[in-house]
Amino acid sequence: MKDYINTVTMERFAADIRIQTILMFAHAGYGHIGGAMSISDVLAVLYGGVMSIDPKNPSWEERDRFVLSKGHSGPSLYAALALKGYFPLEELKTLNRGGTRLPSHCDRLKTPGIDMTTGSLGQGVSAAMGIAMGVRMKGLECYTYLIVGDGELQEGQVWEGVQFAAHQKLDHLIAFVDDNKKQLDGMVEEICEPFDICDKFRSFGWNAQIVKGYDVKEIYQAITQAKKEVGKPSVIVLDTIKGKGCNFAEVVDFNHYMVISDEMAEESIKEIEKKLLKE
Amino acid sequence: MYRLAKEHKEEKEAMRDVYCNALMQLAEKNPAVISVDADVMHSMGTLEFHKNYPSQAINCGIQEANAVGVCAGLSVTGFIPFFHTFSTFATRRVYDQVFLSCAYSGANVKIVGGDAGVTTAVNGGTHMPFEDMGIMRNIPGMTVIEPTDSTMLRSIVPQIANNYGNYYMRLCRRSTMKIYDDSSEFEIGKAAILKEGEDVTIFANGIMVHEALKAYVMLEKQKISARVVDMFTIKPVDADCIIESAKLTGAVVAVENHNIINGLGSAVAEVLSENYPVPLERVGVLDEFGEVGDQNYLMKRYGLTAEEICRKSIKAIERKK
Repeated sequence: MKDYINTVTMERFAADIRIQTILMFAHAGYGHIGGAMSISDVLAVLYGGVMSIDPKNPSWEERDRFVLSKGHSGPSLYAALALKGYFPLEELKTLNRGGTRLPSHCDRLKTPGIDMTTGSLGQGVSAAMGIAMGVRMKGLECYTYLIVGDGELQEGQVWEGVQFAAHQKLDHLIAFVDDNKKQLDGMVEEICEPFDICDKFRSFGWNAQIVKGYDVKEIYQAITQAKKEVGKPSVIVLDTIKGKGCNFAEVVDFNHYMVISDEMAEESIKEIEKKLLKE
Repeated sequence: MYRLAKEHKEEKEAMRDVYCNALMQLAEKNPAVISVDADVMHSMGTLEFHKNYPSQAINCGIQEANAVGVCAGLSVTGFIPFFHTFSTFATRRVYDQVFLSCAYSGANVKIVGGDAGVTTAVNGGTHMPFEDMGIMRNIPGMTVIEPTDSTMLRSIVPQIANNYGNYYMRLCRRSTMKIYDDSSEFEIGKAAILKEGEDVTIFANGIMVHEALKAYVMLEKQKISARVVDMFTIKPVDADCIIESAKLTGAVVAVENHNIINGLGSAVAEVLSENYPVPLERVGVLDEFGEVGDQNYLMKRYGLTAEEICRKSIKAIERKK
């Protein structure tokens, strides 16, 4: 991993993930837009430079592993994988269709590049711990990356896994919390407040950082720092906004799952391109 | 091939120790075999594994849901995890984790529950599983087994490790009655026919196999000839054997240390009604919760006895008329 990144390339990749995801949802007519948008930047950093992967050989033994525990955001991961060449971009149009390799939630048996099946919240955390243990037991140097939702932190299983990872000193495990402040029914702090997420992880024995979750440079630097930590797992809390970067989603209260038209998609893609030019 | 032991008496070795030894033998040969515990190594008898193969043993602590997820993660990196705890915690407590992270994910996780029904005894109703086989049977692709004695357990454990897929095996932790000659070998999914008979077939598993053999003798005295079958795999159940038995005897009794709903009796009923309907009677727990007591008391309390098997056998035979 280099000490610096080309932020322009990375921001372009994040924009492309957003664009492809919005197109995918518009084609299907609906989708889990909010949480897919808020992880687009971290996916761009991971798949755009951090992770050691081979899209032509998805099961390459020495690859870095990735678990999207908030499995309902699968579509943005599919966009990243397609853009990296795991499968044709055209296939994104098959999202949720009968017989597709791209189901609404991540499925390791169906999609090239998906390391773990997720969809029942909390479970991806434990699976990631098992994967991190497994690759370490095999003597591999690879990293396991994990994304958990902020609402997902309400699941008790998350904290079983968090305690386990610290005890097992899984320092090649880097977790991200998509702290986008919203869950299906509304604001996370109104439904079941997580309080200080970094403090919680630190009290469980983790190295914790918080960064702007839509700033690729900050995310990259946090990963660089996390890799220096020895004997401790690391968490990077992504302070972000649900629906981030998609104009129609970002402004509404309930954006976990939305009906999306071609017109909405077109408009939002124009906005994304415009914003990129400005930056 | 399998043979009945000359004598059926209580075994010297506890099932948990037989299990641990079988697992250690596997681990010695195959470094991919991993023992995963959730703070009941002393109860489950896996302490020796932990001592002898520390690099292949993980004690997660009291966190069964995470332990199952860790197993799933280990398995997708190529390991063969065996997760063992009390049956209630190995099944109903982690049902969604087993369903999704293991079965739906196409993982390769072996789950072992240590307390078969009334053998939970003094741990009482909170810990007594009469539903574990049933709920695990409902998970697509899950193989569900209850080995009968130490000989069968030794024969089965390597098969579980060597066949890719998710398994649930239900044990009793203490020693059980010796049923089979030491030379016996078994194949998962293939029932063992223990006695031939013409009037009725008794399908049993686990501790109820011994009761079925006792019932065989009692029925013989009443001039009733019973076929006795050890149906140790309830999924995939040996449908051929069930159909053949129904054709041969025309009446069937299914006997289990489990709720009669969704266990062995249900599996037998499904095969019979779709293929060769004959009168069926079920012996088992009649949709009740467990309670505290010693095993003998509980077997009588829930009607898990040779006498009840005889009564139901006669009833099934009468229904043929």
